[in-house]
Order: sequence, then structure tokens, then C-alpha cells
Amino acid sequence: MMSGTVFMLLRRMRLPLIILISSYAISILGFVTIPGQDDLGNVWQMDFFHAFYFVSFMGSTIGFGEIPYAFTDAQRLWTTFALYSTVISWLYAIGALLSITQSRAFKQVVSQARFNHSVDRITEPFYIVCGYGDVSFYLLNVLFRQGIRVVVIDNNQVNIDNLEIADLSFDTPALCADAADSESLIAAGLNKENCKGVLALTDQDEVNLMVAIAAKLIAPDVFVICRAENQDSEVNMASFGTDYIVNPYTSFADRLSMAIQSPKLFLLTEWLTDNKYRANDTGLAPPKGRWIICGYGRFGKCFEKYLSYVGCETTIIEAEPKKTNAPNNVIVGRGTEAVTLREAGIEKAVGIIAGTDNDPNNLSIIMTAQELNSDLFCVIRQNHGYNQTVFSSAKCHWVMQPGRIVARKVLSRINMPLLFSFLHVSRRENEKWTTLLVEKIATILGDNFPHCWSQSLNQYESPAFAALSTQHTIPLATILKDPSQQTRNLLCVPLLLKRQDQIILLPDKNTELQIDDALLFIGHESNEILMTETLDDIYLLNYLITGQDQPRGSLLRKLKGLPPMPKIS
Amino acid sequence: MSFEKVAFAFFIVMALTLNFGFFLGDIDVPAHHNVYELFAAIIVSLIATIMKFGDRTQIGSYLLATSLVADVQLIIAALVWGIIVHGLNQPMTPEHMSSIVSLSGGALLANVTSVVLLIIEASRVRR
Repeated sequence: MMSGTVFMLLRRMRLPLIILISSYAISILGFVTIPGQDDLGNVWQMDFFHAFYFVSFMGSTIGFGEIPYAFTDAQRLWTTFALYSTVISWLYAIGALLSITQSRAFKQVVSQARFNHSVDRITEPFYIVCGYGDVSFYLLNVLFRQGIRVVVIDNNQVNIDNLEIADLSFDTPALCADAADSESLIAAGLNKENCKGVLALTDQDEVNLMVAIAAKLIAPDVFVICRAENQDSEVNMASFGTDYIVNPYTSFADRLSMAIQSPKLFLLTEWLTDNKYRANDTGLAPPKGRWIICGYGRFGKCFEKYLSYVGCETTIIEAEPKKTNAPNNVIVGRGTEAVTLREAGIEKAVGIIAGTDNDPNNLSIIMTAQELNSDLFCVIRQNHGYNQTVFSSAKCHWVMQPGRIVARKVLSRINMPLLFSFLHVSRRENEKWTTLLVEKIATILGDNFPHCWSQSLNQYESPAFAALSTQHTIPLATILKDPSQQTRNLLCVPLLLKRQDQIILLPDKNTELQIDDALLFIGHESNEILMTETLDDIYLLNYLITGQDQPRGSLLRKLKGLPPMPKIS
Repeated sequence: MSFEKVAFAFFIVMALTLNFGFFLGDIDVPAHHNVYELFAAIIVSLIATIMKFGDRTQIGSYLLATSLVADVQLIIAALVWGIIVHGLNQPMTPEHMSSIVSLSGGALLANVTSVVLLIIEASRVRR
């Protein structure tokens, strides 16, 4: 691993070392051949041992003096020569060593070696994240909390430095390289067995596309998630089997249209994917009616499409209608001035979307609009992660951060495949079904924030269940009980049961559970721990099944005539 | 012909010849084994080692390994000499001399291997 650096160092140090050894050899040889005198005036020849000793301390300028006898003039002459030559060769060697270690090439080799080493050392499952920005920062923090590691590739050293400064709970290997280069993906551990997936989250579609292609070709089984901002690249990515594609613009527009069309379904989705709404919040649903869209870029176009899909009229304000291919009835202007907004009929509109790619302009649009019509539902696009305080004090109903949307979508996909299936399936259900479910959750959880978790009934995650399921039939109702008091139920609602390829929406309480089933719950956060405890502790689970709190020790069990508990594998 | 190749082969072969020169003679007769020759053998062997630094090929690593073996053997021989004569202040006896020479004999083997590898390398690349 470190051989790259060692070899480079050795190769560059060849000449300095040879000069150093030669100067030592010549000096030593000189002292051995030049005759000296002992304290009695007899001729005394220095041997190799004394010569090496003398040259060693002379060359390092320690200087113990003329040892063992005072030198003759001939020896002193030679000492003068040897002194300068050895000291100069030392300085040259040290100088060369320092300049090598300071050189850019060497530093690059060292950081590459360090990166490879830390990637090799990861034994936990990990994801390769391409592009470090607001999205990745949010994502990394969530993944770390679940013990999933991340390797980052970014082509900008500034981002890599930011990552190193950021207060993250794990040491995250980061490589400054072009993610589109497959070599860097391999260096980041694409071929490793514990590499769970590649998340291509750079803000350039071409790079993400290249990453997805490379990942799918090199490691076809690896899960690939891409961020795409263009329809073209989205289609392209999907064509070769990219597992999941996130488009922040369509995602947000879809969310808004869903909130307008079916507020209950929207609330349910929000509960499951974010922790912004409480269970008894009805949510501030965006109104149906005429919306004003400022900016007709990708963002604006998306909104126009989705809003018209749910039957909302739109008025578009765009500064450069030619460049953006805007329709003829567009109102020309930036939307930051009251004149343009009045022309767009702001007084009679129900909502405004400030969707230009310029943050100050967006803020200005919202502030002007609120002065003209205080009842407006305001949606603002926040292009950059900073200035959080300014955006939250702008009193907008919704702030759209492309980064955060991508992160949320990616997380719900990789974190909880069950949640993803649930969201997918629940959209097909009717309004009544959704309303009933939302009301049920609201009555159970009240003022709390709903929390979503999944539970696999396998040997690793639920050892107690695996051990007892061979002896008892365990209905779903059993594990929904509170392990501290079996007459009480946990504050949660089972949303989904997955059995092999079969998906059961809102499973019945009497459903008999089988090993390797997977369940999705929504409920109180602390109840997740209680449920995990039940499924982990064979005595607790046994108590909930039989209703008897049995002794744990084998002696007491024997005295009571109880059979020993099955072993947990 | 490049100067670098000449120097490279020169030091490797020189390490062998000097080593052989020191080794030559009756094993236990101090008069047959010159201390200057041992010194020269050590210095040349060290230089040969440094010349081999940084070669990333497989044969390059074998060459480096053989050189390192020769260095270790020769330096131990010199240490034995120094410790007996200066550390313990004893005259050089035939027993001590033979152990020094046999150590240098080991180094000789390593140097022979080194030269053989050099020949293999040279014949492998016909240019």
C-alpha cells in the first residue's frame, strides 16, 4: 500500500545517498591511511573502528575533539577536507529529502496511498458518494447515524477540504479526482464486496451519467442512484438500468401538486420522509387556483406542467422569454418589481413561486409579492445551502432546496426499501383510504412527531422471533404489544408487510407472522426501541405470546418444571 | 549504451569481486584477509544497494533483496571484527577470523545471486 511512496522516496534519494556514502568512505579511508602520533610520540595508525567513530561525530558536527590522540598536521588537513565534504553531503541529503516530501507529486502519492489504505480498512457496508456538497453533507450525517460508511470523490479540492473540516462522526476517505474517471471509482472501492452502492450526486448530469455507466459495467450488482436535472439524461440513465434516478425539480413539483390535489396523502408522505409535521398537524395545504411562476427555467417549466396537471391555472413571469422558449402570453420582467407582479394579476392569485436561479431575486420577489397580497401562498427556491437564516425569516410557506430534496429521496430509497414500496403503492389508493389512515395515525400519536421504522423478522435482527416462531404461531398483534405491560399496545401502526415478493398493505392484526417477513411501522420514536427489545429478548417475546412472565435462570426454571428456552442462534 | 547501466552493473559486479577478494585465502589466517578490502566491499555493496532503489519490477525487488542480504552479512562481519579488537581488546585469533570470513562467505553467495539475476535481466531484454 505504502510501496508507492517508499519507492518514490528511494528513487529520488539515490543520488544524495550515494554521495553521502562516498564522502564517508573517502573520509574514513583517509584517516586510516594517514599516519598519526600517540601521546608518546610513536607513530600510530588509526584503524577503521576509530576512523568510523571520528567521522561519524565529525560529519554530524557533534565534534568530540581529536580522539584518541591529538592529531598531526597532516591529519588536521584531512579533517578540514572531510569535515566540509561530509557536512555538505549531509545537508544535501536532508535538503533533498525535505524537498521531496514537500513536492506536490509526493504529497499526491501520499494522499492517494492514505485514501487507498483507509478504503481498504472499511469493513462495514459503505456507499461511494460522487460530489460533496449540501446534499452529501446532509446524507452523510444520516448514514453515519446508521453505521453506514461513505467514501467521497469530488473533483474540487475546496469541497474535499470542507469535508475534512466538517464535524462528522466517522473518518471519511475523500479523493480529489474526477468521478467520471472509472479508475477513481475503483480506487474508492467499487469492486469491494461491502460496497453497497454508488450515489452520483454531482450537479453535472454528464458526470453522473458517466459514473452510472462505469459503475454498472464494472460492478453490475452494485446499487446505483443518480441525480439528474434534465429529462434527457434521466431517460439515458434509466436505459441501462440505473436503479434510482432523482430529479429535484420534478420531485418538488410533484410534491406541490400532490399537496394541492390530496393534502392527506401529502401529509402521510411527509410524516414518513421528513420530521417537519406533527401527527395532529393538518398541514398547511397549498390552495387550488391561479399560481404565478417567476422564472421559466427547468424549475418553472416543471411547475407549469405539474400544476396544470392538477387543474391549476398558471401565469408566468420571465425576464428572457426568448432564451427560455416561453409561451407568447408570458409577462416579461424579473418579478422583483411591483409593476410586473401587478401585470400578472398578483391580487387575484392564490400563490407565487419564486423559482429563478438567483437567490437575492427570489427573496425580493417574495417580499414584494407579500406586500401586494398578504394571503399569497409563497414557495421559494433556495439555490445555495448557505443563507439559511435569511430564507427562514422570509416567511415563505415552502422553501425548496434542490440539495435537501435529493438527499431525502436518496435516503428513503437506500435506507428503507419498504418505505419506498409503501409510498409507491399508497399513491394508487383512494382518498378515503388515505384519510382513514391519516386519522388513525393522528389519534394514536396526537402531538408527537411520527417516526417510521422497518423491522426484518430474520435471525440477525429478530433472534428471539426466529427462535420462538418454530414453537408458536405469532400473530402481528403480539409484537404490537408493550413488553412492559402486555395489556397495553405500542403507539404504532403497521403500514406494510413484505413476504418474499408479496406486499400486503396495512396488514391485519391477526396476520400470522413468518420468519423472514419484513414490516414497516409508523409510530412513536421510543416505541421502535421497545419493539426491537421484544424481538431481541426471548423472555420478553415469550411473555407477550403466553402472557406468563417466566423466570430467566435455568435453576428456577427447573424448579418450576419449565422446559429450557430454545437457543438463540 | 547508457552511463547509468554501466554504473549499475559496475557496482554490482564490483561488490562481488571485492567480496570474493576478501573471502579468498585460508579461512583462519588473519594475514590472508585484508581489513581494507572488507571496508571497500561494504562501501561498494552499500552503493550497489542504493543503485537498486526504486526499481518497481519483480526482478528489481529480488536484486534489492540479495543486496540487502550481502550488506547485512558484511556489516555483521565488520561488527564482529570491531567488537573483538576494540570492544573486548583481544588480539585477532584464528577462530574469530574464520567466523568473520565465513560471514563474508555468506555475503559472497548473495552477491553471486545478485550477479546471476543481473545476467538474467540482461539476457531477457534483448535490445
